[in-house]
Amino acid sequence: MITIIDLNIGNIGSVVNMIKHVGGICKVSSDPSEIKKASKLILPGVGSFDRAMKQLREKQLEDIIVEKAKIQKTPLLGICLGMQLLTNSSEEGEEKGLGLINAETLSFKKAFDEKEIMERIPHMAWNDIRVEQENDLTKNLMESSRFYFVHSYYVKCSIKKNCLMTSNYGFDFASAIVKNNIYGVQFHPEKSHKYGKKLISNFVKL
Amino acid sequence: MVRKRIIPCLLLQNESLVKTTRFKKPSYIGDAINTVRIFNEFEVDELILLDIKATTSKTEPNFELLKDIASECFMPLAYGGGIKNLAQAKKIIEIGFEKVIINSGAYSCNDLITQIANELGNQCVIGSLDVKKSFLGNYFVYSNSGNQKEKINPFQWAKELESLGAGEIMITSITQEGTWNGFDMGLIEKITKQVNVPVIAHGGAGSNKDIEEVFNLNVNAAAVGSMVVYQNKGMGVLINFKK
Repeated sequence: MITIIDLNIGNIGSVVNMIKHVGGICKVSSDPSEIKKASKLILPGVGSFDRAMKQLREKQLEDIIVEKAKIQKTPLLGICLGMQLLTNSSEEGEEKGLGLINAETLSFKKAFDEKEIMERIPHMAWNDIRVEQENDLTKNLMESSRFYFVHSYYVKCSIKKNCLMTSNYGFDFASAIVKNNIYGVQFHPEKSHKYGKKLISNFVKL
Repeated sequence: MVRKRIIPCLLLQNESLVKTTRFKKPSYIGDAINTVRIFNEFEVDELILLDIKATTSKTEPNFELLKDIASECFMPLAYGGGIKNLAQAKKIIEIGFEKVIINSGAYSCNDLITQIANELGNQCVIGSLDVKKSFLGNYFVYSNSGNQKEKINPFQWAKELESLGAGEIMITSITQEGTWNGFDMGLIEKITKQVNVPVIAHGGAGSNKDIEEVFNLNVNAAAVGSMVVYQNKGMGVLINFKK
């Protein structure tokens, strides 16, 4: 059973629809005891970094998620903001992240200002990905895969081996990250047609 | 490579889809769910649904229908029509839509866009303006499905929508809508230069050439109506999508 962590933000409905569509079984919950029992976890989310981290702490989910992911090796997939929450920190806010993957979440605006790049923010588009390493999540993804992105902050990995996919918006950034059983994707696989279906179905089969 | 989005824009009237010309003469296209299912199979970039009756008839968005639509779609979805408050916007996002489109609601409730942006994030709210060109070539904004002329200048209003928190601006030319005559390039160019968030151009697309031309104006997306629901100008209904 896949448990989708409910932070009262964002369109969890689409994630549920996609999992059902590829034949997976899931439930949506923010109940610590339910999350403890999960065999797989998805951390979705849109909205702000601080707000999501505060929600995780208020609902007493932070420690449970860290324990599940690090010690019990439960497969965990962070989507969009959910991926950013896996990192150490974000320039969007003050709160510490979950720190499950050694990476930082940085601001496109700041980077664009420094590098004098003229791109609109948010990065809201279908974009290509380059798979940096083959694993169970990326296996058999189509060569021409494209995914739907909406974000104003991007992830930079401290260690190259945590970078699973790269995309380009003004410059290259990590569009997916990995560490053992922990995965994060910046794009929305639940809104990316057959390309997203393949990725979600890979996660369901893990 | 970042791809510019081509977005079918579908008009809801009750449970049916219709297509208008200059916001008038709605003509029947088909059943909403079936049509949306076809666009999902075409793997379109995104889909916009506008309920053109909700505001004028003072009804709520048809949440049941939207729920059915969301369950058929694996692409980004935006909905506009009759959204008056934050609770309605939240409900639509929870159903599985990515974005809500605020047009009339922004004139009557000044901080509606701000409330939605603060709660759900800027990327969830599209500020939309319907613009008519007068005989003398001046531009005016209209609310309530093109029925009510507003006092504010469109260029000022577009900037205002951005500063209120809209993460995207949708510009619809009432004068071009449903005519197949191409986008109002002057209008779209001027607004696009003034805002920093992504822009969706809408109204008048009749060919791929029209879309290419509007993409040269640095817009991020083109919304298309007639082109994807009719076989050709003056011809019968044919749901289609050629890239």
